[in-house]
Amino acid sequence: MTQGISFELNGERVEASHGETIWQVAQRLGTAIPHLCYSPEPDYRADGNCRACMVEIEGERVLAASCMRKPSVGMKVHTGTERAEKARKMVMELLVADQPARATSHDPTSKFWNWADRTGVTESRFPALERWPSDVSHTAMRVNLDACIQCGLCVRACREVQVNDVIGMAYRSAGTKIVFDFDDPMGQSTCVACGECVQACPTGALMPSAFLDENQTRTVWPDKKVDSLCPYCGVGCQVTYNIKDEAIVYAEGRDGPANHNRLCVKGRFGFDYIHHPHRLTKPLVRLPNMPKDARDQVDPANPWTHFREASWEEALDIAARGLTRIRDGKGRKALAGFGSAKGSNEEAYLFQKLVRTGFGSNNVDHCTRLCHASSVAALMEGVNSGAVTAPFSAALDAELIIVIGANPTVNHPVAATFIKNAAKKGAKLVIMDPRRQALSRHAWQHLAFKPGSDVAMLNAMLHTIITEGLTDEQYIAGYTEGYERLKESIQAFPPEKMEAVCGIPAQMLKEVARAYARSQASIIFWGMGISQHIHGTDNARCLIALAMVTGQIGRPGTGLHPLRGQNNVQGASDAGLIPMVYPDYQSVEKAEVRSIFEELWGQSLDPKKGLTVVEIMNAIHAGEITGMYIEGENPAMSDPDLNHARGALAMLDHLVVQDLFLTETAFHADVVLPASAFAEKVGTFTNTDRRVQMARQVVRPPGEARQDWWIIQELARRMGCDWRYQGPADVFAEMALVMPSFKNITWERLEREGAVTYPVDGPDQPGNEIIFAQGFPTESGRARIVPAQIVPPDELPDEAYPMVLSTGRVLEHWHTGSMTRRAGVLDELEPEAVALMSPRDLGRLDIAPGGFVRLETRRGAVAVKVRSDRDVPQNMVFLPFCYAEAAANLLTNPALDPVGKIPEFKFCAVRVLPAAETLSAAAE
Amino acid sequence: MSGQHDQHNHNVQAFEHPGLGRKRAKSTPKGRQVEPRALQEIEALLGDRPRRRDLLIEHLHLIQDRYHQISAAHLAALADEMKLAFAEVFETATFYAHFGIVKEGEPSIPPLTVRVCDSLTCAMHRAQELHDGLEKTVGPGVRVVRAPCLGLCDQAPVAEVGHHFLHQATPQAVLAAIAAGDTHPHLADYVDYDAYVAGGGYALLNALRSGERSIESILAVLDDSGLRGLGGAGFPTGRKWRAVRGEPGPRLMAVNGDEGEPGTFKDRHYLNTDPHRFLEGTLIGAHVVEASDVYIYLRDEYPLAREILTREIAKLPPGGPTIHMRRGAGAYICGEESSLLESLEGKRGLPRHKPPFPFQVGLFGQPTLINNVETLYWVRDIVEKGNGWWNSHGRNGRTGLRSYSVSGRVREPGVKLAPAGVTIRELIEEFCGGMQDGHRFHAYLPGGASGGILPASMDDIPLDFGTLEKHGCFIGSAAVVVLSDHDDIRGAALNLMRFFEDESCGQCTPCRVGTQKAVMLMQRPIWNQELLGELSQAMRDASICGLGQAASNPLSCVMRYFPEEFMTTEAAE
Repeated sequence: MTQGISFELNGERVEASHGETIWQVAQRLGTAIPHLCYSPEPDYRADGNCRACMVEIEGERVLAASCMRKPSVGMKVHTGTERAEKARKMVMELLVADQPARATSHDPTSKFWNWADRTGVTESRFPALERWPSDVSHTAMRVNLDACIQCGLCVRACREVQVNDVIGMAYRSAGTKIVFDFDDPMGQSTCVACGECVQACPTGALMPSAFLDENQTRTVWPDKKVDSLCPYCGVGCQVTYNIKDEAIVYAEGRDGPANHNRLCVKGRFGFDYIHHPHRLTKPLVRLPNMPKDARDQVDPANPWTHFREASWEEALDIAARGLTRIRDGKGRKALAGFGSAKGSNEEAYLFQKLVRTGFGSNNVDHCTRLCHASSVAALMEGVNSGAVTAPFSAALDAELIIVIGANPTVNHPVAATFIKNAAKKGAKLVIMDPRRQALSRHAWQHLAFKPGSDVAMLNAMLHTIITEGLTDEQYIAGYTEGYERLKESIQAFPPEKMEAVCGIPAQMLKEVARAYARSQASIIFWGMGISQHIHGTDNARCLIALAMVTGQIGRPGTGLHPLRGQNNVQGASDAGLIPMVYPDYQSVEKAEVRSIFEELWGQSLDPKKGLTVVEIMNAIHAGEITGMYIEGENPAMSDPDLNHARGALAMLDHLVVQDLFLTETAFHADVVLPASAFAEKVGTFTNTDRRVQMARQVVRPPGEARQDWWIIQELARRMGCDWRYQGPADVFAEMALVMPSFKNITWERLEREGAVTYPVDGPDQPGNEIIFAQGFPTESGRARIVPAQIVPPDELPDEAYPMVLSTGRVLEHWHTGSMTRRAGVLDELEPEAVALMSPRDLGRLDIAPGGFVRLETRRGAVAVKVRSDRDVPQNMVFLPFCYAEAAANLLTNPALDPVGKIPEFKFCAVRVLPAAETLSAAAE
Repeated sequence: MSGQHDQHNHNVQAFEHPGLGRKRAKSTPKGRQVEPRALQEIEALLGDRPRRRDLLIEHLHLIQDRYHQISAAHLAALADEMKLAFAEVFETATFYAHFGIVKEGEPSIPPLTVRVCDSLTCAMHRAQELHDGLEKTVGPGVRVVRAPCLGLCDQAPVAEVGHHFLHQATPQAVLAAIAAGDTHPHLADYVDYDAYVAGGGYALLNALRSGERSIESILAVLDDSGLRGLGGAGFPTGRKWRAVRGEPGPRLMAVNGDEGEPGTFKDRHYLNTDPHRFLEGTLIGAHVVEASDVYIYLRDEYPLAREILTREIAKLPPGGPTIHMRRGAGAYICGEESSLLESLEGKRGLPRHKPPFPFQVGLFGQPTLINNVETLYWVRDIVEKGNGWWNSHGRNGRTGLRSYSVSGRVREPGVKLAPAGVTIRELIEEFCGGMQDGHRFHAYLPGGASGGILPASMDDIPLDFGTLEKHGCFIGSAAVVVLSDHDDIRGAALNLMRFFEDESCGQCTPCRVGTQKAVMLMQRPIWNQELLGELSQAMRDASICGLGQAASNPLSCVMRYFPEEFMTTEAAE
């Protein structure tokens, strides 16, 4: 402990801790000093520009800004002298002069007016200056700079906290103005609508449009606030929901360990899908004799063409009876279930338990199969743990950061902010991706390698590290096995030879390899660009090998971090929504493991692993599976080769779908059960950092929609299971019995602390953020290094299909779009399907940006608007898979990685033809 | 997989999507797009110059010089080329007066710009009439803009046609220059490298570098001489050099050549006449603090000095620190040392909070020695002439020499090297040939725009550091403007406040809003003296930097020393 700095505050001897400012000391000791440009929120630098916090320091000629000034030993500070108070009041009076009249101001309850009240200065003797008109160009936010005090909090929010770099403080003197890009309207700027500026603004100059009426006056105030989480990606942002009349009106970032108050556009503005008129509020039962067809669609606003309403009793009975009939008639393996990575840990656990006990097989899977199955396979093989070794915030401690096959500013926007923070602090950022992205500008190097050539590129780096002696021999000797095999195998991959394969100059490959190996701390982040290939497991093996041979793991700023996609994909996997393993990755095929679960669940269990997502679809076509229960998943959009997948769903004798909306999957359902949305339930969720967090109920489910855990239990009971859970807490308690990862984590602790990262060493100890400091949880205690050979993508471009199709996401839309396309702001920001292509290819094909193209692969065709995007390399089409009107997965190749069983979503051959716009409307 | 003979004739499949479909998707990613042609032009213009952030302002100059303006397309391309955000380049470009940003749909900026100085001395010499007259007569292809002090107050009124400065400018002379295409600076005689060396120049530097002369001996002479920073702050030079030397390396040096205080033109004078005396002082300073790099920040209004320095620096023998010439871009605030550092880093010129001070955390975060041009100019003479020479000068109990920039109603305005501590009376009578005919001495600015205004009755104050503060004034850069009975005192104060309003960086409330409100109040026939008084005090107490702290000095002085100014107007109302 360093000693505090002793100084005098208003005549009293006080102590400041190191780095503490006068303002902070005063605040801590109960003296509130006005502040406008200073925000005590995390990661906001004091700027000292508003001068509302001036204090007098004895012996100094002028007053000092208490938010900036750190006391020195013996300093005598006075906060309440006449001189200081006069200056502070004058500052308020100057600012009040140019404010709009309070009563009709944008936010009469703003922090600014609050301090005006508290300093007693709400009127001004100064003449007012004419100021800027309203900017209503953005759908989510309003800009009313007549209330702006140029405090620059929004600039710090945009540039230093989120590093989206859209807002600037331009011009000078009294003309100093907040601008977006080149003083462009906010809605036409590069703004990504993270809303951090709105959260930071103390005046109401920047506000969510939902709060304001047409005159730009605030009319909406919440009557309740509830702390919960964001429902979207794996970052796990903590959120405070503002509720008015049982509806969410605004989402504010909360200071969670993963997000430090930050949110992205989806988390902040994408909450209103739960109030959408398409919400299912009553169980539906398929009309008798209504045929099923793969190409059939149902209008979610009018499902009565295919369905009728039913009571819960009736619907559950029909649902359970259908499943039971198949189980008892055709056999246990004729049933399968898809759980959801969007549900809670407890729901996932119950779902897999239902399939394993009530259904009686291991045919249970979820979308992890489609995102990180190969990463998990490689990690399990290498270190016997599928989770990250360090949180994404470890980037802040890294000297070098590799982001490969990931586009975090789009898919994990808040995690990306920490990577950008690190790059701004001086970390070397290396992006490896065929496509450029928003992070590229911050990167030391962007290696835009040829699609599908990951192994060649990574092996070339390993070659450099090994042949140049940049390995950490001590680490290899102490903590790994299989190095000799790698060393031998890697000889075939010199950078000079790989250059032609991956398209990156050998010199560059070497330079990056050296930098990675030599840095004090290097960390690797990856996403689906690594995993969604038939060589996805090999890709991940290479990354693991890089970390192992250099010892870049187990220390602060090092590690391996597959960025998990869905909010609870980590938790759902941990909870056993995987056909090969029980909760916590315990093999179903090991008798000693199985007996534990048989004892706990009170019945014998299937000793054979079950089928995976794509295998289940194939089994339906083969007539082996005829009944399914799908909770919160939408394989009719998310599976590869949708004609095949939708065909399978339509073939089922009995399909039970549990969801918020009548999804493309539910079109084929026999029974549709209306479920609860994220904000309508309680449960625990595990983010990409292994952080288990508590989500709380914010609003009631609409109509007769029910809690998912309740629905699963009701089905289970009707299928012969004697379940008596009273709620999620009961389920959690049972999970903790068989999941070592939950050791020292209890429901009560989560309610109290909000978030706990596993593994945890004691009930009162914080979780371990960084793991594998001392070896690995393998049998030998060593990590297994597995060399990889080059396997080309399954379907290479040829003359008929000359370009590469890659799929993924856009910032505004989530997964298959069932939620986000029903969120008002997100829908307005990205309202229709677009394919992204390079300007050069568009020029070559004589297609205008914004024109329509027909995309054809061997599996299907879509018509879609095309966006000209310089980030896309030549000869590539990037198509997000969230668009029902141009479903990317009609085109994708279902070829699987042999180990992870993940389809090759990132690569197939496609041809692009100009098309007339009318084609898009002409469904068939 | 089959090749050419694939026969897959899939029909296009499309479901209805669940969105509202109220809007259409954008045909490009969010925000502005970089135009390929603009990008090519910027790539060509920048050539192999580094794309480092600190060169942003230099690169903006390249565009402005080449295209007479900076189009949004070029600005976007520059951002892309430098891997900067649009907002980053835009906020920097719009901060500086000399960059003309032209957005889509806005009229182009004419190829030739005529700047008419409207600072106090020029204003006293009917600059407004000159400006308005020119605006009506220059015709197409030329724009006439006002400009703050161009540093030629002894030649008022001044107009700059392109980069050609017209002294005692008349509309006819300006139109003639435009017609003749006379738009480049006119180089006059100066002491060049050979002449300077012939006169014993660089002997001291060489002695220092060879170790013949110790660093300590140099510092001792500087301490002994009492040389203080002549940019206006007056910090003892020897102490500053020692302080920087005491900080851990690497260390840097920055030269403040952003002489912008209205009424000041001494640095220009020395740079344009004897550049190597300044350069030798600079190199001595760099040697003493072991700076690897020296950044000379020269205001953009001094193209002649830039030309001379560029030529002469090229003649320096190899060895020594790397000297970087950097152009200001029309921002008075960059004369404030920490703003200057920000500007050198390619950013808006916002003053930094102190502490930490630049000698601790300066340019690029390194300890940095910052000296004014004239301060460095005197180093060689002070050291060579040894102990006692500098302090042998002085008057009225003060020691040393001062270069007073005298302008206004005196017979012989100009840079007057005079003993520190002369009074205004002595300066006018002994050094400036007395008042102009028909003018009676009425008031004076002892230290430029920010140094306050004193009445002729207070003509016995020694003009030096520390002597004027008790009167609410300061000497600053020793820019003395003499006003006569023909001049409007309140108008002068308003002219000065307008200058500060324009030149406020806009960072802190008291200065940004205070200067603006003060101008509004001072434009009224009756001044609300009580409110102006409160405002002045708050600006003095609560502004971040010297600009805001001193901006109200003239205003306060007028209210304090010229009560008669208010009696007449207020009686008339």
